[in-house]
Amino acid sequence: MADPMKIRAQMKGDICDIKILMSHPMETGQRKDSDGKVVPAHFIQSLSVDLNGKTVISGQTGTSISRNPVFGFKVKGAKAGDKVTVNWLDNKGDKRTDEATVS
Amino acid sequence: MKQSIAVAATLAMVIGGFCSQAVAKDTRSAAAVAAAPTPAAKDAATAEFDKFREVMEDSNPAELFEAKGEDLWQTRRGPKSAALADSCDLGLGIGVVKGAYVQMPRYFADAGKVMDAERRIVWCMIEKQGFSAEELFRTPFANENFTPEPTSLVTYVAGASRNLKIAVPIDEPHVQDVYRLGREVFSFRAGPYDFACATCHGEDGKRIRMQQLPNLAKKEEAIRAYQGWPGYRMTGGFMLTQQWRMNDCFRQQRFPEPRYLSDTVTSLLTYLTANANGNVYKGPGIKR
Ligand code: HEC
Repeated sequence: MADPMKIRAQMKGDICDIKILMSHPMETGQRKDSDGKVVPAHFIQSLSVDLNGKTVISGQTGTSISRNPVFGFKVKGAKAGDKVTVNWLDNKGDKRTDEATVS
Repeated sequence: MKQSIAVAATLAMVIGGFCSQAVAKDTRSAAAVAAAPTPAAKDAATAEFDKFREVMEDSNPAELFEAKGEDLWQTRRGPKSAALADSCDLGLGIGVVKGAYVQMPRYFADAGKVMDAERRIVWCMIEKQGFSAEELFRTPFANENFTPEPTSLVTYVAGASRNLKIAVPIDEPHVQDVYRLGREVFSFRAGPYDFACATCHGEDGKRIRMQQLPNLAKKEEAIRAYQGWPGYRMTGGFMLTQQWRMNDCFRQQRFPEPRYLSDTVTSLLTYLTANANGNVYKGPGIKR
């Protein structure tokens, strides 16, 4: 199973600044290993961010995104103590859900 | 009910794409040391990278390795089913992590050696947890597909010294001996090109292609051997330690690569770190 994400969610004025670090190889499917064999594509294909159980961001991602990607979002209407839940799903069906509290 | 939640902006920051593959290849083939280009050209390129690094330092993927390392530190593992947190002394007492990194290399009486952080952690993994030295020494450094456990552990331990002052106990006699040895190694010329570390790192304003070379013999610049290490390397996206850096510079010097965790590498790290004593360490960093 994939390693946990690191999520930081901080109020800056009336905007919540969310930073997410994901641990993922994000293989493009174009790279060759030392034996010259193609390394199969392995990438996060969708992610979503929920605030207190309500989805506020969802999107599709692809192979142009780097290994161990960092995502930053700004969300209105949040407050300290709210629960942020982040989900991702990759093309091999592996997935991960992690949570953080807005501070 | 008010539906007031709105997404103001969505921004995906992508690490890695920034660095071309060519940079990595350049360091591999670089043998000739060029004089610095015109200050203006050098500054523009360096300034751009520094700007990028500033943004990235706030969300450095090194944190993922810190988290992984913390988990490894706390968990009972290995043939002896021991946790490093309950058995490993990094110099400040068993299990004490905070501040330990900036006070290494130091002398460890139980091992009879001066050890840097990575060497000490691996020693603990072997002695306290019973892991096989042979296995740990087989693949000591990270690549795209693999992060050695000691690398994550070093990153965790280093992170626990963030914003603390570097304070290698240089007055301790064993440390002093090893420091002197490190100074010798730094200037020792040999190999097919008759290079020493000092050939590339002993003068101001040198560079190899786009890489500026710090003058590590100078007190003010010695910190550059320490700051940002262990570092998340954006080219490829993996975590590398100072042990790796030393190893790779021996390779660039066309010397035989030292054995993992050798006395020679510890001596260099002792010399370089003690020269940076008094500076504030900013924690695991980001490297191109
Ligand atoms: C052939 C020239 C060459 C020699 C000889 C050499 N290095 Fe390096 N060194 C480099 C290059 C190139 C870099 C990478 C600089 C960069 O990426 O910005 C580097 C980086 C470093 C760094 C990291 C600096 C930083 O800013 O993170 C340290 C520390 C270092 N070298 C130490 C040594 C030591 C110790 C030796 C002797 C064992 C040595 N080097 C020998 C070329 C050399």
